[in-house]
Amino acid sequence: MHEFFSWCEATALGETIRGSKWLFPFIESFHLVALVIMGGVVLITHLRLCGWGLSGQPSAQLWKDTWPWFIWSTVVMLSSGILLFFSEAEKLYWHEAFWMKMTSMILALIFTSTVVRRMALKPDAEAPSLLTARLAVAFSLTLWTLVGIGGRWIGYS
Amino acid sequence: MSPLDFCKWLADQPASIALHESILGYPIVEGTHLLTICLFVGLTLMMDLRLLGLTFRATPMSQVTSRLLPWIFGGFVVLVITGLALFYAAPIKSYINPFFRVKVIFLIVAGLNALLFHKGIEQSIKDWDLAPVPPFKARLAGAVSIFSWIVVIICGRLIAYNWFDPIV
Repeated sequence: MHEFFSWCEATALGETIRGSKWLFPFIESFHLVALVIMGGVVLITHLRLCGWGLSGQPSAQLWKDTWPWFIWSTVVMLSSGILLFFSEAEKLYWHEAFWMKMTSMILALIFTSTVVRRMALKPDAEAPSLLTARLAVAFSLTLWTLVGIGGRWIGYS
Repeated sequence: MSPLDFCKWLADQPASIALHESILGYPIVEGTHLLTICLFVGLTLMMDLRLLGLTFRATPMSQVTSRLLPWIFGGFVVLVITGLALFYAAPIKSYINPFFRVKVIFLIVAGLNALLFHKGIEQSIKDWDLAPVPPFKARLAGAVSIFSWIVVIICGRLIAYNWFDPIV
């Protein structure tokens, strides 16, 4: 595992980003802009499940309307994240924040695209009880918050 | 007293130094600032995308604004408080940083844009509330808002790099 991280850092890609003054911040900016779009979609759909925000709309409709934005922002997040990873893989291997972020990110992605998604896509008549929905949302948002905290924590070393 | 003198005075306050040097305090304030961006800018962008006719076209615009604005406002309060605290912790570094200045300019642009939207085209919202794609002026307000907030976020991130730090 560690060898793989070292290899990533030693690739031409890793070297180029690390050697440039502007590339890392440039890629990081994309990462942040995608984060905000992703955060917006996650919040608007999760709030709806709790009966807050755009509660006048059928939950399934709101989910279908915003899901493409979630997909695209996730694609930008992952690709920019991978680039950032290559530039400092060695440091990340030893940083507990990185592992915390990756663990919570995988869990958050799975939980949102399975449990939360299924709940949101149900016709409003068959919607789960508000309590169930709010518990699921609280769990999901906790996972996403951990991803954010992990991301910020990586920057402090 | 010039703005720089004011920043120097601010930087000498014991609380400013304490926050600047704190091991946990500063990262917590900064982390809260960052996460709250998702609430404030994230939901603002959703509203702007509706203004552009790019998402939830079936939802009346007035419903989007009235339902989301309380959340956006809540995020705004947290961002202003944490943002002022971050400035307070490093006033001189911020003041002389070009990215900080661009950020402030675009905060003002975003604010004025929202005000113009509210005083202008939003007054006739009844005429286009249900339109899948709102009229040009509304779309323009949405586009200016998206652009301004993206600039604010990027500049905000770039302030943290020490490229322009004063040599002490």
